[in-house]
Amino acid sequence: MLKIMLRHISLLILTLFILSFFSFSLAYLFPGDPLVNLTGIRGSSEQTYALLAQQYAMNDSLFSQYWHYINHLFTGNWGLSFSSGLPLAEEISRSLAASVELSAYALVISFVIGLPLGFLSGLRHHKFIDYSLLSASVIGYSIPVFWAALIAILVFSVQLGWFPLSGRISLLYDIPYDTGFILIDILLSDVPDKEFAFQDALRHLVLPSMSIAIVTSTIVLRITRRSVVEVMNSEYIQAAYARGLSPRQVFVRHGIKNALIPILPLLVMQFTTLLTNAMIVETIFSWPGIGNGLIQAIYQRDFPAIRAGMLAVSALVLTFTITSDMVIQIFDPARRRPEDATS
Amino acid sequence: MNVCRQYLSRFISACLVSGGILSVLGCNPQNTEHQQPNGIIYCSEGNPASFNPQLDTSGTTVDVSSHQIYDRLLDFDLITGEIVPGLASSWSTSSDGLTYTFQLRKDIAFHSTAYFTPSRSFDADDVVFSFNRWRDENHPYHEVSGGRYPYINSVGLDDLIGSIERINRYRVKVTLVRPESSFLANLATDFSIILSAEYAKQLQAVGTPELIDTQPIGTGPFKFNSFRQDRFVRFDAHTEYWRERSTTEQLIFDITPSSSLRLAKLMTGECDAMAFPTHSQLDVIRKRKELILDEKPGLNVGFWAFNTSKPPFDNPQVRRALALAIDKNAILEAIYFGSAIPAASIIPPSSWAFQPDSRNTSFNPIEAAKLLRENGVEEGFSMTIWAMPVERAYNPNAMKMAELMQRYLRDVGIDANIISYEWSTFRARLNQGSHDSVLIGWSADNGDPDNFFRPLLTCAAIDSGTNRARWCSKEYDTLIDKALTYTDQEDRAYFYSKAIELISQEMPLMPIAHAFRYQAYRDDVTGIEINPYGGIQFRNVSKP
Repeated sequence: MLKIMLRHISLLILTLFILSFFSFSLAYLFPGDPLVNLTGIRGSSEQTYALLAQQYAMNDSLFSQYWHYINHLFTGNWGLSFSSGLPLAEEISRSLAASVELSAYALVISFVIGLPLGFLSGLRHHKFIDYSLLSASVIGYSIPVFWAALIAILVFSVQLGWFPLSGRISLLYDIPYDTGFILIDILLSDVPDKEFAFQDALRHLVLPSMSIAIVTSTIVLRITRRSVVEVMNSEYIQAAYARGLSPRQVFVRHGIKNALIPILPLLVMQFTTLLTNAMIVETIFSWPGIGNGLIQAIYQRDFPAIRAGMLAVSALVLTFTITSDMVIQIFDPARRRPEDATS
Repeated sequence: MNVCRQYLSRFISACLVSGGILSVLGCNPQNTEHQQPNGIIYCSEGNPASFNPQLDTSGTTVDVSSHQIYDRLLDFDLITGEIVPGLASSWSTSSDGLTYTFQLRKDIAFHSTAYFTPSRSFDADDVVFSFNRWRDENHPYHEVSGGRYPYINSVGLDDLIGSIERINRYRVKVTLVRPESSFLANLATDFSIILSAEYAKQLQAVGTPELIDTQPIGTGPFKFNSFRQDRFVRFDAHTEYWRERSTTEQLIFDITPSSSLRLAKLMTGECDAMAFPTHSQLDVIRKRKELILDEKPGLNVGFWAFNTSKPPFDNPQVRRALALAIDKNAILEAIYFGSAIPAASIIPPSSWAFQPDSRNTSFNPIEAAKLLRENGVEEGFSMTIWAMPVERAYNPNAMKMAELMQRYLRDVGIDANIISYEWSTFRARLNQGSHDSVLIGWSADNGDPDNFFRPLLTCAAIDSGTNRARWCSKEYDTLIDKALTYTDQEDRAYFYSKAIELISQEMPLMPIAHAFRYQAYRDDVTGIEINPYGGIQFRNVSKP
C-alpha cells in the first residue's frame, strides 16, 4: 500500500512540476513583454517596472525566474487580471469552486438517473426496454452539450418560463461568499428568507446541471448495463440460483455489489469529462465558473488570467485523477499490478 | 426476476419522486417571485470605468453613477427640457451675466454606508470642493484618478469659471470670466455632480483619496453597496433621500454585454428592464404582452462627414454632389427600420434651435454626376467611407449603411471602399484625419443646442477630436460664440439659424437621421422614463 501511495504521489509531483514549467513558459510564449504578461500591469512607470522586474527576478537566469514563479504560486501571488485588476488567486478559487459545484451536482444527477436505468437495462438484457434505453442513451450521448443547453434554455426558460437562464441565484439575494458552494453558503449565511434563497438557487441549478448530466447519465447507464449483464451471466450467479436462492436474494446479495465494484472507478473517472462539459455549459448559462472566466479571459487577451486559470484547472484534474486512481488501487486489489498484489 | 423488477421499479419511483420534489421546488415561478426580496434588476451593457461621471463620458459609466448615486445643483425637466432646481433651490444671475448665486437646500443627507458615516448634511463646502476638483489644477484631488475631466474640458467649463466662493453655509457664488448662456445647462448635465467634501477629507487623512471614485458617496437616491467586474453593481436605497423616491430597497445593474441575452433575461423576468434593445429586437418586444417598449425622439444625429482638409472634399460643390447621390429615405428604411426621422440639419426637432424650414438635400443622381464632373471628379474616382464597428442609437449599422451608399456612389461613377477598425483604433485613426469620409454621429449631453454646434463643427473641436469633418470656418465660429453671449432664446435662435444655413451651403457633413430612443421593461415596473439628456434614472422606479 505504501508503495502505491509513494508511486502515485511522486507521479503527481512530477506531473505538477512539468505543468508548472509549461505554465511558466507561457509568459514567454504569449506575444509581448514577459513581465507585463506575468504581472498583468500595463503602462507602469519606469520605476514601477524596475521594481517589478526585480521582484520577478527578470534580470536573473531563467532558473531563478522559475524559482520566483513557484514561490509566488505557493504564496498565493498569482498576478493580477488585466481586465479587472483583481488578484487572480482569489478570482480563480472563487470560480473554480463554482465549477466544481456544478460538476458535483451534475454527477449526482447522473448517478440518480444512470444507475437505476443501467440496472434495469442490464436485467432486461436484449428485451424491448433494453433496446429502448440503449437507443435513448445513443441519442443522449450524441447530443452536443452546448446544443442541449441552448434547447433547454429555449424551451424551459424562454417559452415555458419555468427556470432562469443565467447565474447561480437571483441577484436580489446578497449571499456572502464563504465556501464557494452556493447552497452551502446560503445555509451558512444569515440572510432573511433563507428558504426562498435556497429554492431560488435550486431553480438556477436545474437547467445547467441537467444539460451536463444528459451525456454523463448515458455513460453511467451504458457502463452499469454492461457490468450487470456480465455479472448476471457469471458462474457464481448461476451457482447461487442452483443453490435455490430466489432471484431477489441473488440480485441483492450478489448482483448489486459485484456489478457496482468494477464500475465505480470508471464512474469516478467521469468527473473530468464532466468538468470539461461544465466549462462549456457555464458560458451558456453565465454561470460564474472557471470555464466562463477562461472564455472571457481569452476574449480580452488577459494572459495572466488564461495562464493561471489553465494551471488551476489542469492541476485540479490531475490531482483528482491521480488521487482517485490511487484510492481505487488501494481498495480494489484486483486492479493492482501483479508485483503490487504480491507485496 | 419478478422480485428484481419490483425492487427496481420501487427504486426508480423513489428517484422520480425525489426528482419531482426538485422540480416542484423549481417549477413554480409565481410562488417564488413574490417571496423574492424587493428590488429592481437592470440588465446593463458593460462595466463602468468609474463611479464618478466627471471622469468618463461613456454612457455606461454615466448610467451607473450619475443619477443613482449623485445629485446636481440643477436638473433638466425630462418632459419640457427646462432647467429646474436640484440641490440648489434657487439661483440668481447678475445683470452682466457674470455672477451666479445659488441658494442651496438644507438638511440633505449624504449616504451612510459601511465605509463612511457623514457627520453633517450637504452644504456649500461640498459644492466648492466638487467644482474645484475639476477646475483648480492645484486642488489636492485634481490629479486623483488621472486628472482628466473629459466633458468639463470639452465644453470649457473649467476655463469659464473664474472663481467659486462660499458666501455662507447655504449660499455659493460662481463668477464667470465671460458671460455664457449655456453655463446653467452645463451645470444640469450628468457630469456636474456633487461629491462629499467631508468624505474626501477623511479619505485624504488615511491616504486613500482614489477611493472617492470607486467607493462613492453622494446624496442620490441609491447608495453604493458592491461591484463585481463582469457580474453586477449593487445599490441599496438611500432611505433619507430628500426627494420622493420609489419603494425599491435594492437596485442592481446586472452586467450582460450580449444584447440577445439581455432580451432573454427580460423575457424570463430575470431583469426588470434592459439597456439598448437593438432595432431588430423591437418587434419581438412589441409582440410580448408582458413587455413594454417606450420610444421617444432622441437628441441625436447620425451623419456622413467629409474630411474637408483633403482634396477634392475641400470643395463644397463636391460635397454637395456626394450628398445628392445618396437616397436618404431608402437608407432610413433599410437601416433604422422606421425608428428614425430624416435629418435636414444637425439639430433634432426636439431642440428649440431646430429650424423646420432647413434646406434638405434631395436624391438626384443625375445632378450629382453632373456636379462631380464639373468639379473635376472623373468617373472611376476612388474614395473611402469609414464605418463605425459599433452599434449606436444614431447609427445602428454603419457597415450596412456604407454598403448601401457604396452602390449609390457607383451609380455616379465613384468607387467607394469601406474601412472599419476596432472601435478604439477607429477613433484614434479618425483623430489623425486619414479618412475621406466617415459615418458617425452625436448624442447630446444636455438640452442646449450649443452641445451640437460647438463639438461637431467648430475649429477648436478638430483638436479635441469631435469635429470629424475637420471643417474650420471663422464665420461659423463667430456665429456660435455670439449665440452664447445672449441669454434670450429668440436671440440665440437667430444666430443658430444662420449657422444652419451656413452648414447647408458648405455641407461639411450630410445629416442622415435623428433616431428614436427606446426603453424596454416588464409591465409590472413603473416609473421608468427615457431621459433625452443622458443617463437612465431609477429614482421613481417601483415594482409591486
